[in-house]
Formats: sequence, structure tokens, C-alpha cells
Amino acid sequence: MRARGVVVVWPTWRAVRVWQRNLTVFRKFSLPSLVGPSIGEPLLYLLGLGFGLGTVVGAVGGMRYVEFVAPGMVMSSAMFAAAYECTYGAYVRMAHQRTYEAILTTPLSLEDVVAGEVLWGASKGMFNGSVMLTAVTLFGLSRSPWALGIPVIIALVALLFAGLSLVVAALARSFEFFNYYLTLVVTPMFLFCGVFYPLDSLPPWARTVAWYLPLTHAVAAARALMQGQPGLHVLVPLLGLLPPILVAYLLAARLIRRRLIH
Amino acid sequence: MVAGVFIFGGPRRREPAPATGAAARTDTPMPTPAVLARRLTKRFGEFTAVDAIDLDVRAGECFGLLGPNGAGKTTSVRMIHAYLPITAGELQVLGLPVDRQPAAVKRRLGLVPQEDTLDPDLTPWENLLVFARYFDIASREARRRAAELLEFVQLTNRAHHPLDALSGGMKRRLLIARALLNEPELLVLDEPTTGLDPQARHLVWQRLRALKAQGITQVLTTHYMEEAAQLCDRVALLHGGRILRQGRPADLVRAEIGEEVVELRGDEALLRAALAALDGTSLRWERAADTLYLYCTDGRSLLPALSALRPPHLLHRPASLEDLFLKVAGRSLQE
Repeated sequence: MRARGVVVVWPTWRAVRVWQRNLTVFRKFSLPSLVGPSIGEPLLYLLGLGFGLGTVVGAVGGMRYVEFVAPGMVMSSAMFAAAYECTYGAYVRMAHQRTYEAILTTPLSLEDVVAGEVLWGASKGMFNGSVMLTAVTLFGLSRSPWALGIPVIIALVALLFAGLSLVVAALARSFEFFNYYLTLVVTPMFLFCGVFYPLDSLPPWARTVAWYLPLTHAVAAARALMQGQPGLHVLVPLLGLLPPILVAYLLAARLIRRRLIH
Repeated sequence: MVAGVFIFGGPRRREPAPATGAAARTDTPMPTPAVLARRLTKRFGEFTAVDAIDLDVRAGECFGLLGPNGAGKTTSVRMIHAYLPITAGELQVLGLPVDRQPAAVKRRLGLVPQEDTLDPDLTPWENLLVFARYFDIASREARRRAAELLEFVQLTNRAHHPLDALSGGMKRRLLIARALLNEPELLVLDEPTTGLDPQARHLVWQRLRALKAQGITQVLTTHYMEEAAQLCDRVALLHGGRILRQGRPADLVRAEIGEEVVELRGDEALLRAALAALDGTSLRWERAADTLYLYCTDGRSLLPALSALRPPHLLHRPASLEDLFLKVAGRSLQE
């Protein structure tokens, strides 16, 4: 017997069609949601914690506290936007609206759909992260033109959390499932990856744990760029984000295939 | 009812292919079959959903896959439109091996799914335009086709309504329009009228006949025997993943059931008396609980003797696909 069901792992350019479809729907409904939770919230954190808490905390590592917090806000807004889009948003499309099934009757493959979804979720993360970066710059919290490199880091964070969240969506049986993920995975990144305090203040074991969390390196690198102190020791760890991005995509594709095509 | 002649001005439509038998049997080479399956099998773990079936769907015909729920109809269709990988056997659609060229097959095929997979966030018009992009249909051409197809399925006046303002029948018609966007050579319909009211169903049937007149090959699944009789040139009766019979509906019915059926309902004594009265005739009959089905060619001659028994229900009617189906697949509910 001949080998059956050759698994096509790589997406084609057609993934863009899925991205376009999501943009069409987004443009129709979601512009108000932009100013709401996805951009408003990190901005409030920045203002509330940065300026408010900053008066108590004083300087951190030679920066005003609000300057210290700013890069983490940029990164976490990208993370949250990608995570929400590829959990709730993707799940509705996959499980409730059967959008994937409809698309699979066209020349697009399942890999195209998954790649398109990751790109879309990442785009939302990049958009939100870039808006935050602009805001931070306008507040005068970024000291260096090196900050122009930050969008690359935003893209890495957005791609990683889009892929990771799509894996979670592929496993989800209901919306409740996302609470676990957001509370136990995404929120800890927000709290323990050096967004609010220098990791030096953590006990050694916690510092080791934080070192393995992807957001840690993104925040550290973004902070270094904003301060105009780019060094290989902060930029090289970013390469470590590439394999997880690839693995998350492959895993998401595999799980969604298993879920939809029994 | 909507009456009148419908003209679907689709340019570049293919010629109507030689419809059935006669034309295909001449010396001209056989056109590529729309679907060719040999020992096509699908297993899910231990469960065999489709069990080594052979299918030949000819270009231009409407072919029906008939059977109760769980017979393997939807699984077969999902393999044909390259959604499910096949477990064993061979499957060619429009001359292409589905397992190796899924995208090429899907480009030339339209699918009307059983479930509503429309985009609820988009209007009918937007649904069609977004879908056209998946086929790389240029925007201007997509608009032309979308307008034409909405006209064809009589949804032009709903084009810009929110999707949830559409009835079940309208959504089904929109699904048909969507499946036609890429001008498919083969249209696959999975239970196209399940859950529709009679008006909506007749409208769908009418549209499908119009498409057949344009030469679009159709494969449809149904558990409504009437639907198959209305639409299909040939049918395959599926049961438990196997094909029990395959052929033209009228031929199958005539061969297995005969021309006519007399239905007689009553209590045990009455049914016994009826069978006694018919003793000696070479009639084929079948009994299911309180009803006797007499398969015959001249039912009229039986009626005097039977009506003398004063049964509560006596019906003389032409034999149908449903008789055939119940005969070959059995009458008990299989779940």
C-alpha cells in the first residue's frame, strides 16, 4: 500500500487570506475595542503605577520608576493582545463559527489557516505594542534612538504568544479553560519577568525561573534599547525566542488538525 | 411557489456533459469521471465508517448517496472534498488523486456543508467576497459573481442584511451561492435540505436542477428518498459504510420492489386473513409490525379481496425508493 495522508507542515502564502479575513471582520466591529481594554489598560498601568507608585519608589537602577516600567508595559501589551486574540478570538472562529472548516473547503490547507491565525494574533500584538511604544516615547520615557529597534522585539513577543495561545485554544473545550492559561501562564509573565521590579531583588531560585520565561528577555532588551545601552548580553537571549515560536506553530497545527479532522 | 424560467447568465460555463447512459456508451471516449472510488475505506480507530466502497460519478450527472444517519454518507463526502484523509483504497476527483493534490481538487469543487459555516459577523455580500479571496478571485470579478449568485439564489434583497436576519432556508441558499463562487465543475452537497420547510426545500431543489441543466455535476447526500427521486440520475444506497445497491432510482425500484405497493394495516387476525386471501398468488410481501406491504405489478386486482376485510388502512400506490431502502436496509432503527 502506498503511503497515505502526507502531512504538509509548511504553510503557503495563502495564509495571508486568513489574515485578510480577520482584518475584514475586525475593521467592521472592533475599532472601539482598540481604545478599550487592549490599549487603555496598559496605559493606565503605566500612568498609575509609573507615576503614582514612582513617587514612593523613587529611582530604580538610575531610572525614574516610570521609565523603568515603560518597556515592560510595551511588551506586556503586545503579549496580552496576542494572547487574547489567539485564545478567545481563535476559539470562537474554530469551535463556534466553524470558520476553519469553511476555509478548508477552499484551496487553503490547515497549515495555511493556522499560520494565518498566528500572524493575525501577532499583528494585533504588534499593533498594540507599537501604540504603547509610541505613547511611551511621547511621554518622553524613551531616551535613545535605539528604541527604534524595539518593534522587532515586539514582533517576537507577539508571535510567540499568538502561537502559544493557539495551542491552548486547540486544547480548550470551553472558554473557562482560558482562565487557567491567562491566570497561570500569562499573568505570571506580567508579574515575574522584570516588568515592575529588577530581577536582582528576587531570591536566586526565582531569578533562575524568571530567566526561563520568555518575556524576561524581551523586557530586558527593550529596557536596554530605551536607555541607549544595547549590548549583546541582552540582545542575544532574544534568539532564544525563535525556537519556541516555531514549536508553538507546529504544535498548534498538529493539535488543530487532530481536533478538526478526526 | 416561485414560477417561471430562471436564466443564470453565467458566461464561460461548461457545455452540458453527455447526461447519462446513451451518450456515454457511444464510441466517443469516456469523459473523466467526476468521482472515481475503488475500495475506498475510512476507519476511525476500530470503527469502519466507510467500508471499501466503489463509486463512479459521471460528469454532468446528479449522484445521490442515500442512507440513514451513520451510514457513512458524510464521511464519504468529506473524503471526496479532501477534508478527511482516506484510510485505504483509491479516490480520484475530477481525475486527480485527492490525497496527493487536495488544493487542486478543492479549487475545482464546491461544497455545501451540512452545518452552517457562514461568517456570522459578515453580511451575505461580505461572506461571498471574503470567500472569493480564498480562491484568488480578483475583487472586481468577485463582485460580479457575488451579485450574480445572490440573484441566482434569490437573496439579492438580503445582500446587505446582517446574517442572523436570514432564515434557515436563506442561509442554505447562501451556502449554495458560496459553493458556486469558484465556478466548480463538481458541486458536493451534504444533506442540502435537512431541516428546511417545504417551500424552502422546493426552492433549493429547483436551483439544483437549474445547476444540473448548466452541466454542473452534483453529488448529494440525503436521507430523504423523495429528494433523491426528485434530483438524482443515479443513487447509491449506503448502510453501515457499505453500498447495498447502486443504479438509477427507477431501475432499482422496479428490479427489487416492482411497480406498485399495496399497504394494509390492521390487527393480527386481519393481517393473517389478508395473507390467507392472497395465498396461491406469487406475490412478494413484507410485514413490519402492524403493516403488510405487498409488492406487485397489478395492485388493483388485489383490492376487492383486501377491502372486503375492511382494514382501517388500505393504500395502493406506486413503489418508491423508500420501499427499496427499507427492504434492503431493514426497517429496524439502527443506532
